[in-house]
Amino acid sequence: MKIRYFAWVRERVGKPEEEIELPADVATVAELMDWLAGRGEEYAYAFENRTVIRAAIDRTHVRPETTIGRASEIAFFPPMTGG
Amino acid sequence: MTTTVRLQRERFDAAAESAKLTRGRSDIGAVVTFTGICRGEEAGAPIAALTLEHYPDMAEEEIARHVAEACARWPLLGVTVIHRYGRIVPGEDIVLVVTASSHRQAAFAAAEFLMDYLKTRAPFWKQVEKSGAKNWVAAKDSDDAAAARWRGKAAE
Repeated sequence: MKIRYFAWVRERVGKPEEEIELPADVATVAELMDWLAGRGEEYAYAFENRTVIRAAIDRTHVRPETTIGRASEIAFFPPMTGG
Repeated sequence: MTTTVRLQRERFDAAAESAKLTRGRSDIGAVVTFTGICRGEEAGAPIAALTLEHYPDMAEEEIARHVAEACARWPLLGVTVIHRYGRIVPGEDIVLVVTASSHRQAAFAAAEFLMDYLKTRAPFWKQVEKSGAKNWVAAKDSDDAAAARWRGKAAE
């Protein structure tokens, strides 16, 4: 599964994207954030305040409690500031 | 019904985009054109530039979803949305929304709706260059509130 990071989440993690093997006990977006946060210092820093981080599954906004299912791409990013 | 969604690094010509929507038609009675421009200062301090990062595929899909929603809510005859990314200096255009309808109410409301959603739901992130430092712009509660007021509201 491809994970993509944008803006300061990308800067903190130190890469724009990566391929991961989703652990069997990770079912939701919130659980994925918990798992990612445990992968090292840079991830812990990126995901230290999980309530502000937004997520998208296959390019659609989702809530943290959303089940990941057969997603091919999950993105994490700060609140948007376009327009 | 003509809808155009474009993400680009290059500048755009608001007048030309507006003219494109109305050319050769006599059913359009109102066109609203909104242009968002990069200001030269923030909180009293001059800024050098804004850099916009975006999530390419999702940005296009997300904007198209909101254009479709605007078309479902109001009797629109044409919509154009152009959003720039990359480095933008003060005075340059950032975003364009053009809405066309037979009457002004729908055109005004749809343009405002689209801008409110672009601010809070389109995956773009602004970084400001100021005093030699680059900082990510924080999302504003007032923008969330502006987008929230359209929820559950029927077309007028």
